[in-house]
Amino acid sequence: MNRLLSPFRLSVQRDLLLAARHKTEIITALFFFVIVVNLLPLGIGPDPDLLRKIAPGALWIGALLATLLGLQRLFASDHADGTLEQMALSPQSFTLLVAGKIMAHWLVAGLPVVLVAPVLGMQFDLSGRSLFILTLSLLLGTPILSLIGAVGAALTLGVRGGGALLSLLILPLYIPALIFGAGAVEADLAGIGPDGHLSLLAALLVVSAFFAPWVATVALRVALE
Amino acid sequence: MNHSLINWFKFASPVSFYPLAGRLIPYFTAAAVALLAAGLWIGLLVAPTDAQQGEGYRIIFVHVPVSWMSMFIYCVMAFWAALGLSFNTRLSGMMASALAPTGALFAFLSLWTGALWGKPMWGAWWVWDARLTSQLILFFLYLGFIALQAAIDDPRRADKAGAILALVGVINVPIIYFSVQWWNTLHQGASVSMTKAPSMAHTMLLGMLLMALAFWAYTIAVALMRVRCIILERELTSEWVKKNAME
Repeated sequence: MNRLLSPFRLSVQRDLLLAARHKTEIITALFFFVIVVNLLPLGIGPDPDLLRKIAPGALWIGALLATLLGLQRLFASDHADGTLEQMALSPQSFTLLVAGKIMAHWLVAGLPVVLVAPVLGMQFDLSGRSLFILTLSLLLGTPILSLIGAVGAALTLGVRGGGALLSLLILPLYIPALIFGAGAVEADLAGIGPDGHLSLLAALLVVSAFFAPWVATVALRVALE
Repeated sequence: MNHSLINWFKFASPVSFYPLAGRLIPYFTAAAVALLAAGLWIGLLVAPTDAQQGEGYRIIFVHVPVSWMSMFIYCVMAFWAALGLSFNTRLSGMMASALAPTGALFAFLSLWTGALWGKPMWGAWWVWDARLTSQLILFFLYLGFIALQAAIDDPRRADKAGAILALVGVINVPIIYFSVQWWNTLHQGASVSMTKAPSMAHTMLLGMLLMALAFWAYTIAVALMRVRCIILERELTSEWVKKNAME
C-alpha cells in the first residue's frame, strides 16, 4: 500500500518544496483573493443586509478566480524543462504523479483561501453559523476547483492563448460547485438546512477526485505526443 | 467478418466518405426544406390557439425542437469523440468538429427563443432557473470546444483534446434534461414525454415533431458540408484530393 502510493507522496512533496522556494506565488494568489473579495463591498456599497446576502457568492467567486490564477503554471514549468515527459515515461503510475501535483496545487492555492475565508466573512457581517457553513463548503469545494482545473490545464498545455482559453473551458464546469457551495449558506438562512447542498458538493468532490486525475493524465499524454 | 461491417469501415476513411457525403447532402437539404415548410405551415396556420398562452405559444415550434437538437448534437459529438479516442479514426474527430458550430447555433437559438417566449409569459427575459442556467452552460461548452480546437495547430491533437473536453462536458446533458424534474423551476415541465399521453393537441405535437425532423435533416446536411471542407483542408496535399476532389 505504502509503495503503491509513494509516487503520489513524492509528487506532493516535490511540488510543495518547489512552491516553498517561490513563496511569492502563493502569497500573490492569496492576496488576489482578499482584494477581489474586498472590492465588492466598495463597488456595491456598505449596506450590511446586502453584504450578508452576497457574502457566500462573493467569497466563492473570489476562490474560483484565485484558483484559476495558479492553474496555468500547474503543468507548464514541468513541461518547459522536460520533467513532465520524464514523469510520463517513468515506470511509476503517471496518474498518481498527476494526482500528487493536483493535491499540491490545492494545498498551495485552495487551502489558504479556505483558512482566510472566515476572516473575510466577518467583514461581510456573517453570523458564526453561516461562517462555519461557508468555510465547510469551501473546504469541500476548493479541491473540486483544483481537480477540474487540472483537466483544463492539461488540455491547454502549450496552446496559443492558453490563459484565456483555460478560463473559457473551466469556468462553465465550475458552475455546479459554485451553485451548491454558495447555495449552502443561503439554504441554511432560508431554513431548509445546508445538508443537501453540502452532500451534493461532497458527491461532486468524490466523482471529480476519481475521474479528474485520470482525465488530466489522458489529456497530458495527448499534449506530450 | 460479415459484409456490412466491412462496409462501415470503408466509409470511416475520408477518401471514400468524401464522395458519399457529397451524394447525401442534396437529399438531406431537400428533406430539411420540405419538413420545415410543412412544420411551419402546421405550426403557424393549422395548430389551434393555446387556451392559456394565446398566440405567443407558437414559438414552441422553434424553441422545443431547437433545444432538443442542441442537447442531441452534443451527445452525437461526444459519441464521435469517444469513437475517435478509442479507435483512433480520423473521420470521427472531423465529424465532432463539423457538428460543434451547428450545436452552438442551436443552443444560442434555444436561449434566444426562450427569452422571447419568457418575456410575454413570465414577464422576464431571463430567470436564474436550473434549466436555463444549464442550457447556458451547454452553450459555453460548445464555445469552449470550438475555441480549444481553434487554438491547437496540429489537427490530430486538436481532435483528441476536443474529444476529451466533449466527453467531460457530456455530464451536463442529462442535468439539463432532468432539471425540470429535479428542481422546482419556473420553466415548465417536459412538453412531450415517451411514457405519458401527450398533454397537448395532436396538431401541435405533429408540428413540433416535423420541425424537429427538419432541424435534424438540416444538421446532417450542414455537418456533411462542413466535414467535406475539413477533409479537403486536412488532405490538401494527398493524391486523391488532387485527382478527384479538385476537379
